[in-house]
Formats: sequence, C-alpha cells, structure tokens
Amino acid sequence: MSLDFDQAIAKYEPTLGLEVHVELNTKSKMFCGCATEFGAEPNTQTCPVCLGLPGSLPVVNKRAIESTILIGLALNCSIAPFSRFARKNYFYPDMPKNFQTSQYDEPICVNGYLDVDVETDSGNQTFRVEIERVHMEEDTGKSLHVGGSTGRIHGAEYSLLDYNRAGIPLVEIVTKIVPNTGKYAPEVARAYVASLRDILRGLKVSDVKMEQGSLRCDVNLSLSPTGSGKLGTRSETKNVNSLRSVERAVTGEIIRQSNRLETGERIVQETRHFLEESGQTRPGRSKEKAEDYRYFPEPDLVPVVPDAKWIEELRKQLPEKPADRRKRLQLAWSVPDKEMAAMVNAELLDTVEATVLLGSDPTKARSWWLGEVSRIANDRAVSPTELISVKDVAQIIELISSGELTDKLARQVVEGVIAGEGSPSEVITKRGLKVVSDDSQLMSAIESAIAAAPETAERVRGGNIPAAGALIGAVMKSTGGQADAAKVRELLLKHLGQ
Amino acid sequence: MSIRDNAWQMSEALHNKEISAVELANDHFDQISKVDKDVHAFLYLDKEGALAQAKEVDKKRAAGEKLSPLAGVPLALKDVMTQRDIPTTCGSKILENWRPPYDSTVVTKLKDAGVVILGKTNMDEFAMGSSTENSAFGPTHNPWDLSRIPGGSGGGSAASLAAFEAPLAIGTDTGGSIRQPAAVTGTVGVKPTYGGVSRYGLVAFSSSLDQAGPCARTVLDTALLHQVIAGYDPKDSTSINQAVPDVVAAAKKLDVKGMKIGIVKQLSGDGYQKGVSNKFNDAIAELVKLGAEIVEVSCPNFEYALAAYYLIAPSECSSNLARFDSIRFGLRVGDDGIKSAEEVMNLTRQAGFGREVKRRIILGTYALSSGYYDAYYGSAQKVRTLIKQDFDNAFTKCDVLVSPTAPTTAFKIGEKSEDPLAMYLNDIATIPVNMAGIGGMSLPCGLAEEDNLPVGFQIMAPAMKDDRMYLVGGALEAALLSKWGKPILDFAPILAGSK
Repeated sequence: MSLDFDQAIAKYEPTLGLEVHVELNTKSKMFCGCATEFGAEPNTQTCPVCLGLPGSLPVVNKRAIESTILIGLALNCSIAPFSRFARKNYFYPDMPKNFQTSQYDEPICVNGYLDVDVETDSGNQTFRVEIERVHMEEDTGKSLHVGGSTGRIHGAEYSLLDYNRAGIPLVEIVTKIVPNTGKYAPEVARAYVASLRDILRGLKVSDVKMEQGSLRCDVNLSLSPTGSGKLGTRSETKNVNSLRSVERAVTGEIIRQSNRLETGERIVQETRHFLEESGQTRPGRSKEKAEDYRYFPEPDLVPVVPDAKWIEELRKQLPEKPADRRKRLQLAWSVPDKEMAAMVNAELLDTVEATVLLGSDPTKARSWWLGEVSRIANDRAVSPTELISVKDVAQIIELISSGELTDKLARQVVEGVIAGEGSPSEVITKRGLKVVSDDSQLMSAIESAIAAAPETAERVRGGNIPAAGALIGAVMKSTGGQADAAKVRELLLKHLGQ
Repeated sequence: MSIRDNAWQMSEALHNKEISAVELANDHFDQISKVDKDVHAFLYLDKEGALAQAKEVDKKRAAGEKLSPLAGVPLALKDVMTQRDIPTTCGSKILENWRPPYDSTVVTKLKDAGVVILGKTNMDEFAMGSSTENSAFGPTHNPWDLSRIPGGSGGGSAASLAAFEAPLAIGTDTGGSIRQPAAVTGTVGVKPTYGGVSRYGLVAFSSSLDQAGPCARTVLDTALLHQVIAGYDPKDSTSINQAVPDVVAAAKKLDVKGMKIGIVKQLSGDGYQKGVSNKFNDAIAELVKLGAEIVEVSCPNFEYALAAYYLIAPSECSSNLARFDSIRFGLRVGDDGIKSAEEVMNLTRQAGFGREVKRRIILGTYALSSGYYDAYYGSAQKVRTLIKQDFDNAFTKCDVLVSPTAPTTAFKIGEKSEDPLAMYLNDIATIPVNMAGIGGMSLPCGLAEEDNLPVGFQIMAPAMKDDRMYLVGGALEAALLSKWGKPILDFAPILAGSK
C-alpha cells in the first residue's frame, strides 16, 4: 500500500527550504570585463581572468554588488557593513580555477523575509518566508557530455566545455527553514519563487528566465511525523526549472519520502534531480560523505564595505513592491480577485498597465490582452507581447471606442497586425475593414433587408420595436459586419416611421 | 662602457649615444652565451624580442623622443611573470611550453619604459624554495662559487646580476625570494610594500604574501627599476591607490643623520653564522658613523612567524595551484581517450608537480580542512595580526628596522635539499616582512670571514614608506663602497669565458 499526497500530509509535516540562484543581468561578468550575452558562440566571451589563466586576478563588478544590495533591501535584509568573498574549493573541468569565488560565513545580506499569499480552504492566507542570506558568487562554465546515455560525465565519450558562462554574476538567495505550511507546502514554495521572481523583475537586476537558467531553484524538503517536532533528514532537489515544477517537486518529494518512511527506510541526505516528464526525482550524488570545500577568505579580493550613504541611496531607488503595486492597480481598475490573479499568472500585468497608460480603458485592455491576443499566442506557443505591440493594441481599442471599428472588425485587425500586414490603420485600409456609417450605403442595405422580410417590417411599423433586431441582423450580415449597428438601428427605425 | 657597469651608468651611456641599445643587448647575450652554461640563470632567452625592443628604443632616441631613464637597459625577468607569447614555466614541468596570451602589468610597464627584456630566469618551482634547487629544469649556480646555491626562489634573477648577464632583474618575494638570493649573491633586492607593485600576471603562490620587486647591483639601480614597475593597478584589487614614494630621490640622498634605526632583538644571535653577525655589526657601526641613532627593539611574536607562514602560504597555494589540471593549458598526461577527466587530472598533477610543491599542496589542503581550519589557518591569521602589531610598535620607536637578511651565506648545492625544515629556516628573518605586508630590502654588507661569501643586510620600513629603505640603503652602500674601495662583486671570482 502506498500513500498519496493527502495521506502523506495527514501523517507527516513537511519542512521546506529554498535556494534560488539568480543570474544578474550585468553587462560584464562578476570579476572581469567579458560580455554576458546569452547564447553566444561557445568560448567567445572569455579572457585570462574568467578562464582562470595563471597570473590573472579578479576585480569585483560594482554593478553586481549594487544589484545584490538592492535584492537584499527588497527582501527586508540587513546589509552587512563588512562582508568578504571566499573560495569554495573543488575540482571540476568546467570550473576554471577549480575553486568558485563565493561568499561563505560573511555574506553581504542577512536576515530578511518575504510574505507570500496562498489561496487556502479558509481564504487567502499570508505565509512569511524568512530569508537567511543573500550572497554573491560566480557561475561556472557549462559542460556538454557527448556520447553517454545519461548526458552525464560518467559514461560520456567526450565532453565539450563552454566558458562563456564562467564568471557570470550569480546571487544565491537562501531561506531559513519554512515550517508549518502543512498541505500548502507546494503552493507556498511556488508562491515564494513567483513573488521572488516578480521582485527581481521589478528591480530589473535579472532576466529571471527560468527556462534559460537565469533563475534556478533548489528545493530542500524533509518530513517529520506530525506533532513530533523533530526535523527529518532533507533531500535537495536540483534542476527545478519552472514554477509548476517547483510545486510538483515539493509534492513529489512529500510522496516519495513519506512512502520510504512508511516502509521503515531511511531518508538519505542527497542531491536529487527533478524530472520534468514524470514530476519525480532521481538521486544525484550522495552528501552522506560531506564534501569538504575548504572555504577560506579570497585573498585576491578586498572586503566589501558598502558605504551607509550608498545603501540609503539604493533603498530610495527601490521600486514599489509587486504586492503593493498589484493591490493599487486592482483598486484603480476595479478588477475582481480572480481576474487579477489571471492577469498576474499570465504575466500580462505590465503589458496591460502600459496599454492603460496609453489611454485605453482598463477593462478593454485586459480583455484584449487576455482574450484574443492570448488565444492566438497560446496557439503558437509564444508570449502575447511577441505578437503585437502595446501601442497597436491601444490604438485598436481607441478605434473601437470611437466607433470606427466593431469588436468583430477589431479581431480581424488584430489578426492582420499579427500576420505582419502593418499597423492597425494599414490593415484597416488594406482589408477594407472600416465601419460603414455612410447613410446612403446603409440605406440601400436596409431597403434590401425590408424587401426580403416585409412582414417583419410591418410588425415594426405597427410598434413592435424588438422585431427590428432581425432586420438589423440582416443588414449586419449583408455588410459583412462592417456596418455601425447603432447607426443601422437609428436609420431603420426612422425609415419605418418609429 | 662595460657590462659590469651599473644600470644608471648604462642609462647615461645610452642617453649620450656612447652605445646603442642593440649593442648593449648583444653584449649581454654574448656574456650569457659564455657563462650561463655554468650559472644556468636563464630558462629562456628572447633574443628576437629583446633586439626588436632595443632597436625601437634606438630609433626613438635617434628621433629625439623623450625616453624613460631605463629605456634600452637590459633586464632579466623571473619566470613567474607572464609575458605575452613567451614561455612562462614557473620552474615547473606542469607549465612547460605554456605561452601566456597576455602581459603581466609589470611587463607592460617595463615594455612601456623601453626596458629590454632578455629572457626568463630560473626559480624554485612556483617560487617554493630558498635555493633554486626545486626548479624542474635544474639548479642555478651561485657565480661566487658554482658549487653553491644562489638562494631562492629567485636564484636565477640574482645570479644573472652577479654574473653580469643583466644589470636589472625582476624578482618576486613571498617569504624572502627576492631578498635572500640578493643576500647570498652580493646584489640588491627589494620587496616593496604589499600592493605597491601590481600582482596581475604574477603566477600566484600565496596571494596574500606574493609581491614582485626590483633587483639590481646597486641601490640606485634598484630604485630606478622600482619607479618603473610600482603604482596602482585597477586590475589588482589589492594594489594600493596611492602615489609611489620617491625612491630614486631617497636613494640619491645619502643622508641618514638623526634617523632612528632599530635592531630587532629576535633576528640575531643564535642560529646566525658568525661571519654574518660580524658583517651585520660592522654595517651598524658604519651607520652610527653616518650619524644614525641605533635602538634595540623587541618583536616577541616573530618567534611564531615561520610556523604561521608555513600554514598560510601552503593553504593559499593549495587553492592557487588547483587550476593546473591539464584542462585548459599546460601539461596533460594520460589522455588516452579511455581515462576519465579526473584520472587525467590526477596523472598530470602527479607527473607535473615536484616534491616540494606537492608537500605544500598537501600541507595546505590539510590545514584548510573542516575541523582543522580554526586551529591551523585561523590561528596563523591571528599570529599575522600579532606580527603586524609588533612592527607597528617597533616603528613608533624607529624609522626603519634592520637585521641580517639570511642566517648564513650561500650553502652547497644539495646540502639542505633533503631537509625541508633546515631549508625553511633560511627565511626566518625575511618572513615577518611578508606577513605584515611591509617593505624589505637586502643589500650586501661585506664578505663573511669564514668563507669569503657575501652577507646581506636587511632594511625594513613601514607600509608605503619604501623610500626609507632606499635612503638608509643608499647611504650605507656609499659608505661601504668607500671603505672597500670597489664594488663587492669585484671580489667575486671572474667566471670562465667571462668578459
């Protein structure tokens, strides 16, 4: 018999811990002037420093320190008046110096928190995730193991090394243990990473693209029998590359660990890898024999001693917190909770706001982006903003408001813009989509409609106004939807003596 | 004009067009070809590059361009400094044939000043040693007695000066590697204040202790070279962003009247060869004659300097030398397409590193291990702080401190190579300077009566007060020269084949 999630949660209390690595979007690397562009030709963004050539020395990128302090401040951390880099020593071919320049016992930001909202059975509940530390380090190069069955170094025929990524600034954000989440552990984990991502995006310090690896998450999880108050042995799941995966990894580990504990097996302290397809994890290297990284202060760098005045200046630069901003916009736009959540989940809040700032009605802006544009985007598996610009959408909405387009015509305009036929006005001209409001043109269509349904016309003449609907519909149909419906109604009723 | 002249004399002769830079370089290559088979100061000669640089200087001089004082003067470069496209081995098999794609900052400054780099000099592997016997490419011999060591790790640089193969040389000093070779070869060597000369392109042994510095046959020559290579470098985070003290003016001043000179009680007495102590005391007597005031100071924590040094330096080296793994550059052993990357790394490091280097990597790895870190590395750092305090206290009582540079004169090749501890003791008087990050100079103060070999006199000055060493060194050198009637190297035997 094996436990499912609900049964597992009934017997065991999960304890979470999350480590998030964020690649900063600085123009140059952490310790040298090399470019950091994603996807460049292998080994073209390297120099003696990031290749670890003998004699080379690191110099700290001030921008990276600034970004890290901003992150710390946004996460309510204290900024250490004195912090140091340390060397983490271990051998691996994609690590040029065979040590990673990181921070150890003197990180730059400590003791913060992030409040995240999770929808629970009893409504919205806020969970406080405490942050232990935020520290700086450099990324390693990338290995591509060719020829093996697993894509890992063992069993590979040969390996290719790309050092473009070596030395890209990374910030590691480590939470304290997150207790008492109960069955909401998966949602809390997801909400934390999502909120963190929003904050980082708002700070403009990282691209935060999980699929490109600029935001990577490790999920630590342990179980203890409910009420025992004793922490269990944890596993560390790596390679969790989407918000959905964060949630699935927590669920998967809760189920896996509870079933092991049920059958009397031990939880091994180890690194596990998340498998996208199955939502399960497979064991990586065991950490039972704790690796000794022989940390010591990096003698090639001087301590980081940020000026208090500088920190205060950075604090002033902090943008509005994403949660505050959402509340403000929701109020201003009068959006129901559910639709607000939909907009945030679709990552269209910025886009809708930009559209509103160009003069569009918030409700219309939201429905166009989340409706028609998102539908096409989903079909093509791209993001809505890649299809059409904010400016074009705002213009289309404006044309609807002024009566120059109907909703139906507007959909065709959107389609045309996406198809690359030009700006909204160009599409309207090329496709001839203008609303027909010319009286004589409309009148001839009205007369044809009356001729085709004389009995209906009679009823309208006799005072049955609602009967006019059928005639208006016929006019709309005969004009291919391009007629201004209000105008048609006005002319028709007048013509029929009403 | 002779190759036995000092660098400043060569500079004048070049300036007055009595000799061209090309002729001067050729004269030195000539001397090298005659004596270096016996001395083995050089690991690599860059005749082509040196002559091209000399030609360039001559052309500029002919065109009336304003040149740096050392433009056209030849120099020997310790093989631990990178020079673009020129082999840089650090005396190790693991880097044999490695040609760096970049110049160290020191080399950039030398090139900009028009200095003619003749080639790369021999050294103990990765600068670990006091005799140059740890070079993977065979020892260097002391020109005073070819059966003796030239000191280390910069034995090649010091020997090249004493053998008149070059008038200037670059050394590096982690625990005495500039000063002790200077002492045992009768030459001058300066370890500047830590951060005074950029470490960019100095292949690291122990990052917090390493410092490149100038070597020459006179104090003034050393000062001229110091002026060229020193200064803030944004590529080295530990470099000091302050004006370089005017060391050339100090070397020329020859006036120590009223200066307070402190003798460090802990750096004399037991363990120092009698002739070394005698010559040291004679030099003190000269300084007194010149009007300096002598005080004795105590630096009680110097007792622990050697022990602490042999924890810090190996710890840092264990990490600094991790990059020599065969993956991106240097030696690769056992890559047969079957062995794993890890096995190839292991085999390469086994074959590529010598015994002393391995000994220190193992020592350092152990000292940094979890559970031992606090007791070893942590305690050593505390000792370092105490040594700095000792210096700070001492410098409240005097302007400079002095001691013999090395406890003995040059010993025989092979004499201590099986006894690492005896070898380590060579640096007992030089190590405190590195631990505190201050400056130290060694200049010759006479020949020990037992063996007629040169004795070194060490001058130590507070951080960024390097000019004080040149002030005292210049005055003492002048007094000794007039006492001896000729430069100390004129007492050395003429090498076979030499000019």
